[in-house]
Amino acid sequence: MTELHTLTIAESRAALDAGEITSVELTEAFLKRIHAVEPQIKAFLTVTGELALEQAHAADSQRNGSPRSPLHGVPFAIKDVICTRDIPTTAGSRILEGFVPPYDATVTARLRAGGAVLLGKVNCDEFAMGSSNENSAYFPTYNPWDTDRVPGGSSGGSAAAVAALETPGSLGTETGGSVRQPSGLCGISGLKPTYGRVSRYGLIAFASSLDQIGPLAWTVADLALILQVIAGHDPLDGTSSAQPVPDYSAALTGDVRGLRVGVPREYFAEGLDADVERVVRTAIETLRDQGAELVDISLPHTRYAIPTYYIIAPAEASSNLARFDGVRYGPRLPGDGLWEQIERTRGELFGPEVRRRIMIGTYALSAGYYDAYYRRAQQVRTLISRDFEQAFTQVDVIATPTSPTIAFLLGQKTDDPLAMYLSDVYTVTANLAGLPGLSVPCGFSQQMPVGLQFIGKLLDEPTLLRVGDAYQRMTDWHKQRPKL
Amino acid sequence: MTDYIATIGLEIHAQVRTTAKMFDGCSADYAGGDPNTRVSVVSLGLPGALPVVNMRAIEMAAMSGLAINCTVQHTSVFSRKSYIYPDLPKGFQITQYDQPICTDGWVEIDGDDGQPKRIGIERLHIEEDTGRLVHSTDGASLIDYNRSGVPLMEIVSRPDIGSAEEAKRYFQKLRQILLWIGVNSGNLEEGALRCDANVSVRPVHQKEYGAKVEIKNINSFRFVERAIAYEIQRQIDELESGGHIVQETRGWNEAQGITVSQRSKESAHDYRYFPEPDIPPLVLDDAWIAARRAEMPELPDARRDRFMAEYGLSKQDAELLTMERPIADYYVAAVTAAAQRGGSAKDVANWVGGELFRLLKDAGEGFEVLHERMPPLHIAEVLGLLAQDIVNRTVAKQVFEESFQTGNSPAQIVDEQGLKQISDTGALAALAQVVIANNPKAVEEYRKGKKTAIKFLVGQVMKATKGQANPQAATTALETILDTEV
Repeated sequence: MTELHTLTIAESRAALDAGEITSVELTEAFLKRIHAVEPQIKAFLTVTGELALEQAHAADSQRNGSPRSPLHGVPFAIKDVICTRDIPTTAGSRILEGFVPPYDATVTARLRAGGAVLLGKVNCDEFAMGSSNENSAYFPTYNPWDTDRVPGGSSGGSAAAVAALETPGSLGTETGGSVRQPSGLCGISGLKPTYGRVSRYGLIAFASSLDQIGPLAWTVADLALILQVIAGHDPLDGTSSAQPVPDYSAALTGDVRGLRVGVPREYFAEGLDADVERVVRTAIETLRDQGAELVDISLPHTRYAIPTYYIIAPAEASSNLARFDGVRYGPRLPGDGLWEQIERTRGELFGPEVRRRIMIGTYALSAGYYDAYYRRAQQVRTLISRDFEQAFTQVDVIATPTSPTIAFLLGQKTDDPLAMYLSDVYTVTANLAGLPGLSVPCGFSQQMPVGLQFIGKLLDEPTLLRVGDAYQRMTDWHKQRPKL
Repeated sequence: MTDYIATIGLEIHAQVRTTAKMFDGCSADYAGGDPNTRVSVVSLGLPGALPVVNMRAIEMAAMSGLAINCTVQHTSVFSRKSYIYPDLPKGFQITQYDQPICTDGWVEIDGDDGQPKRIGIERLHIEEDTGRLVHSTDGASLIDYNRSGVPLMEIVSRPDIGSAEEAKRYFQKLRQILLWIGVNSGNLEEGALRCDANVSVRPVHQKEYGAKVEIKNINSFRFVERAIAYEIQRQIDELESGGHIVQETRGWNEAQGITVSQRSKESAHDYRYFPEPDIPPLVLDDAWIAARRAEMPELPDARRDRFMAEYGLSKQDAELLTMERPIADYYVAAVTAAAQRGGSAKDVANWVGGELFRLLKDAGEGFEVLHERMPPLHIAEVLGLLAQDIVNRTVAKQVFEESFQTGNSPAQIVDEQGLKQISDTGALAALAQVVIANNPKAVEEYRKGKKTAIKFLVGQVMKATKGQANPQAATTALETILDTEV
């Protein structure tokens, strides 16, 4: 029999439902795999082995009849910026070292209610700020395809854990591409749903108007299963969408005939690695072969996306991170009086990239600068959204590279924040416009995976997932596994 | 010496009396439990917590806006106001900044010239209250987050107030309205209403306003008046002695009766306001606003004018009886009940405003217990007993008080204790004879022409009847004997 840790979620689901395997067996297989490869990958900040086995036992004992959810009895990992009751949640930061939330994020609660088995909390850039996982205050995570390279970020742990077969699926979070970019660099599939489709309640905020939780797994079919469990209106999140949740798996028809796929010329311009471009263009051609229509489109404000993002995201972050002062939770450094304690705690326990963004954001919101920076950035954001609205009058979905390059070497960009920021150049636009985005593996360059991105209309995850799944029915890039 | 004009604007913070806090389902009864027992992940600002608007607070804020003649905006926006202080768990306060829920209203007060004066309202916006710091005796600072997230309204007046007295009357008028429509407890001591004042002065011949000084946290009507009066004089003195006024924030020191500089304009906070991304813009349509209008009771000034027109009350009486809504409602019920027993609206006003308020004050009770302590039927009975000459005023007061204390019906008290007035001419004539025989000195004075001496003799008749004699009838009985028997 196949080794259980190589199963996808859909395969696990089928085997569990057929009674061929138990959740405990499956969970034990993944815990064993974690034990074996974790020293090389370092994807997990916390492994909750005992809890996982308890939940697996419970899942097995409750499994008479139909499963409680597609994830019933299926092992899972959660990015460490998402609150988990009674389980440490650090956001990859020293300032939350030892913090144990007294409550579950809505997604955590939905996974628990759906009978999923929590393997542990996975590593990320501190407060999800970064594109390589090198900003984790604890340790970097390594790319399973080449451990000299980064897994991407900020959901690097979520991506690497799937790619290293330590978990069949995980939750990551996005603010500017943090699910899609590491998914692309690690050769797996990752989805950023429409802003508001998945509740942010319990997600430690980075930039509230951009943040969104999304799933990572090997296949698009698996992403549909996970999304089905976590999507939906949440009265605890005022920005959560009240629109009904469709049946995502039912949308996976494999049929892309007549689908109009937009190819924006701005995403194939300067800065895109030539070999990555070749791989992505070849992948897009595959869709044409299956009856989709390729349409050349323009998203003219694309080049403003990175500067716009790097005003709005740090501005919101500077405010969201103001609560971390050591007064109520987390470590507090000693000092002479309250203000010195707060200054030391924040000054020494936030990492350099987080401090940089707090300073940028504070500046952008300051009296006299607000209009020139924050207000202007919001105006440009509107223009970027309008680019997409315009494009979606001509096409059903947009196809682009996920990232301009393959996974880079550790340390290659740590001294050059701007170069690091450009790693998200093709993904931040969907966050700014609130649109859903999907990355699927589409080939290799220098033996490293390349990601193909699809961007969809607001709340049109069904079409997005359909095209991604159709692509995977035609190709087997998502079946490639790193040699560890 | 130059004459000066004072220009004053008030910023009133009023807690909104909802069951739950502004942005979570947690109880807003912050004083009703031990410290940090009225908290949730939201009001503690834990990582990942999100605010969700309590629509009841929005309804009450909109109603308040309508009550002070504001326009309720179809779209308003929540913003974050950033500053670091341990009682503010998120490091920012959720408030409204450039798009408040209500704008452009007015409140009418009595101006210093005795004429009605409209004080403009610039805006009313919604925000959340902070926690509270408690400084313990060992020097530690403790934080109680029970109050964190309690809904607040900030009501900002235009600089239309011209004196400390007007400021006080405006503050009182706002309290009256907010209490009346049930959105605020009106309790200044507990901080349910708090006031900051902006004060400037300028010589009468000068057109532009003088530099503005903000006085923070003046939390009683008396202190509002005193602090502003002090500040106006301080500024005038400063200008008269050749100095100038700096724009700054000052605090009111109650003990010394002075304002003290707290921070200058230069060191003012940069609050870095920006739209709260966790809360979508608040959109209120016409139907929603109409529903708030429909929810609105008749307001105190309208009720006062109606009392004057319908019941012929003086403005003073009408104002007294519309001070708080339970009084006005009680008064109307009492008038209705008394009408069937021959008591006039004016009589009811006198008894409520006099005897009843005194008894209530002595008992240390609030107006909300009026119906319970003195049912309208009981006050009507007292007036009926008087109208039918069954008791005199002295006995009526005794019966009224006993009814207030025991809850027994006044008619029953009179019956059981035999307190009916003695008006029987024969009985009073006999008594008069006895009193005249026993008080020769007073009789002699009366007969010598000192007619007021009869009051003493009437008093003796009253004493002999334990106050039950009809004083008019007793006087007649005495006069009949004294003036005929020489």
